[in-house]
Amino acid sequence: MAVRSHLRRFTLAALVALSFPAAAANEARYTDSGPEPLLARVFDKIEQNRWEAALQETETLLKAYPNFRLGHLIKGDLLLARTKPLKSFGEGGGPAAQEKIADLREEALARLRAYKSKPTADNVPRYLLQLRPDQKHAVVVDTQKARLYLYQNDNGTPRFVADYYISHGKLGADKLREGDKKTPIGVYHVTASLPRQKLTDFYGSGAFPISYPNEWDKRMGRNGHGIWLHGTPSDTFSRPPKASDGCVVLANQDLDALSKSLQVGLTPVIISNNIEWLSLDDWQSERKSLLDMIDEWRRDWESLDTDRYGNHYSAKFAADGQNQRQWIDHKRKVNAGKSWIKIATQNISMFRNPGKEEYVVVTFEQDYKSSNLSNVMKKRQYWIKEDGRWKIVYEGSA
Amino acid sequence: MPPSRFFPARSLVLAACAVAAFSLPARADSLQEVSRLLKQGQHAQALEQVDKYLSGKPKDAQGRFLKGLILSEMNKPNDAIVVFSKLTEDYPELPEPYNNLAVIYAQQKQFEKAKQALEMAIRTHPSYATAHENLGDIYARLASQAYDKALQIDSSNASAQTKLSTIRDLMSVSGRPAGAKPGKPAVVAAAEPAKPAEAAKPVEPVKPAEPVKPAEPVKAAEPVKPVEIVKPAEPKAVPAAAATKPETKPAGDAAAEVAKVIDGWLTAWSKKDVKGYLSHYARDFQTPSGETRAGWESERAKRINKPGAIQVGHEGLRVTVDGDTATAKFRQHYKSATLKTGTNKVVILVRRDGRWLIQQEKIGN
Repeated sequence: MAVRSHLRRFTLAALVALSFPAAAANEARYTDSGPEPLLARVFDKIEQNRWEAALQETETLLKAYPNFRLGHLIKGDLLLARTKPLKSFGEGGGPAAQEKIADLREEALARLRAYKSKPTADNVPRYLLQLRPDQKHAVVVDTQKARLYLYQNDNGTPRFVADYYISHGKLGADKLREGDKKTPIGVYHVTASLPRQKLTDFYGSGAFPISYPNEWDKRMGRNGHGIWLHGTPSDTFSRPPKASDGCVVLANQDLDALSKSLQVGLTPVIISNNIEWLSLDDWQSERKSLLDMIDEWRRDWESLDTDRYGNHYSAKFAADGQNQRQWIDHKRKVNAGKSWIKIATQNISMFRNPGKEEYVVVTFEQDYKSSNLSNVMKKRQYWIKEDGRWKIVYEGSA
Repeated sequence: MPPSRFFPARSLVLAACAVAAFSLPARADSLQEVSRLLKQGQHAQALEQVDKYLSGKPKDAQGRFLKGLILSEMNKPNDAIVVFSKLTEDYPELPEPYNNLAVIYAQQKQFEKAKQALEMAIRTHPSYATAHENLGDIYARLASQAYDKALQIDSSNASAQTKLSTIRDLMSVSGRPAGAKPGKPAVVAAAEPAKPAEAAKPVEPVKPAEPVKPAEPVKAAEPVKPVEIVKPAEPKAVPAAAATKPETKPAGDAAAEVAKVIDGWLTAWSKKDVKGYLSHYARDFQTPSGETRAGWESERAKRINKPGAIQVGHEGLRVTVDGDTATAKFRQHYKSATLKTGTNKVVILVRRDGRWLIQQEKIGN
């Protein structure tokens, strides 16, 4: 009898905080194979007061993921609840380990929340406005949800492929300074692939540095370096949601799975605080309005009418040490010596910056021909919305 | 009378039922003699006697049970396990052999097995108090192991520790007169037939919600992890001996040696002394991308011999030494005509014939 009531008390105290609406996730939608499905089953059994079954599910979980610390903590609770009443999650871990227990609790919450709220097929992250044909995949990170989403480029439309639990900076997101233990928010891409052999065990099965700080970060005076996607040490399945010095950390098996989709120099990695989702219709119209504006810019440049061309540049424009006026004046001089210009743009990619600063990173190959000069270059522009109109705030080679 | 003093309550039940099955006087005499010898610590003689007895009655449960106790007293846990296991096979309805099996497993830190044995004991005798108590301890111990793994802490929590020693007592009490340690659960011997006392115990605490699951699916998920147990029951000279080993000073000297080697290595590199540079690497150096040693050496030579001065230095060097292996962590500053970088390096060195040589070189923290 006594033990029975211990268990009940355990249910109440420890799980109130972790319980979710009974409407369970649609399992058929699953594409990844992390510990979440097993973990959810453990919690389902606990909610049903089926302790023996919960312990068995936990053992199954630990057999599959022997270094999964959260699983061990739950096992500890389930066993200890048989000998004494527990009042809180991970109570038997002792007072000295409070911080670690709080971390594991956060991890449990993050994993279960993500499990119960998978992205739907008719919503896409707002940031993925346009992928180039050769960008096979895109990565979008949500630091608040401790989740990384992998999208596939399906003829220009991003299709959800898989999502993974991640850890980010100990002190959160919005990196500003070197050593601030924060993860940057912005549009980046994978710049290299460092194999396991070249790294210490700490980084697990590999690392993928990303392009922080980007042009915009530098312009805003942000610094620091060495922001990587990487794995976990061999004795650790996963780390708490906020654990790194700014890197995005995945379980080794997840990093391995993800690495198959990463193209060095190409795959975008967009890190957000809290992903904004758009319906496919809204996404399509936002995408079209910007593509139209880019085409207008191209045609206005071809027209040799420098005033019309100049209208596309923001008053806040700055690039190569030139402000808006200097940039347009320079172009006016160049245009004066030409009888015609032909410009083709191709392989356009467009990624909206997550977070407060509203701008879109546009990258494309520009084929420039004119009466006296021709060249082909890879160009990058930052477009912002000013008084309801898209304008260029930075332009340079990429 | 004597049997009840030699064994705690758990064996009392056993004695009663076994006695009924066989001719009383002969066995009582010789088994009483065995018990007396066991009690006096004359294990060899006790074993001899019980073997003699069993040669005439190889199936006898009480005799075999006694033999199991003798063997565990003689610190032959594996032999004792064989005896008790066989007993559980031949007499699955008796909870005591399961219980004693569990106690031995627990001493061997095989808590999963101990748990299974106790659950079997309780399955046959749901009101078997000793098994319930022991199972509670095992759960606490298993929980503590799980917490250790979850939280990466070394020491087990204190309550589980003390409870475990109770289990230890259980075993040692079995050879001594009951009542020597009152208050310990093992000494339930005092409770005699024990019915009322047991009735007061919470009945069926183990699987309230799950009467459906008869089998034991969790079979040894974690077999026999010899975890960092602190050996509480052995106040022998071991810790003292370990403590007197002056391990620290040579390690300190070694760290200084390693720091010197790192200096020499980077100096050779800066001076573009390829031979000197390469001489710092151990024969079994793990080349960074798994290339051949020769391939790696020629690549290094090519790089180092590139025209222009290079300067390689280190900052924040930390060395840890573990026997003949050392780890040096530092920030490496590299400056050449074309490149200036800072990289966090981890270099693992090994001592070969008194020389520290680089075995692994990695980027990292």
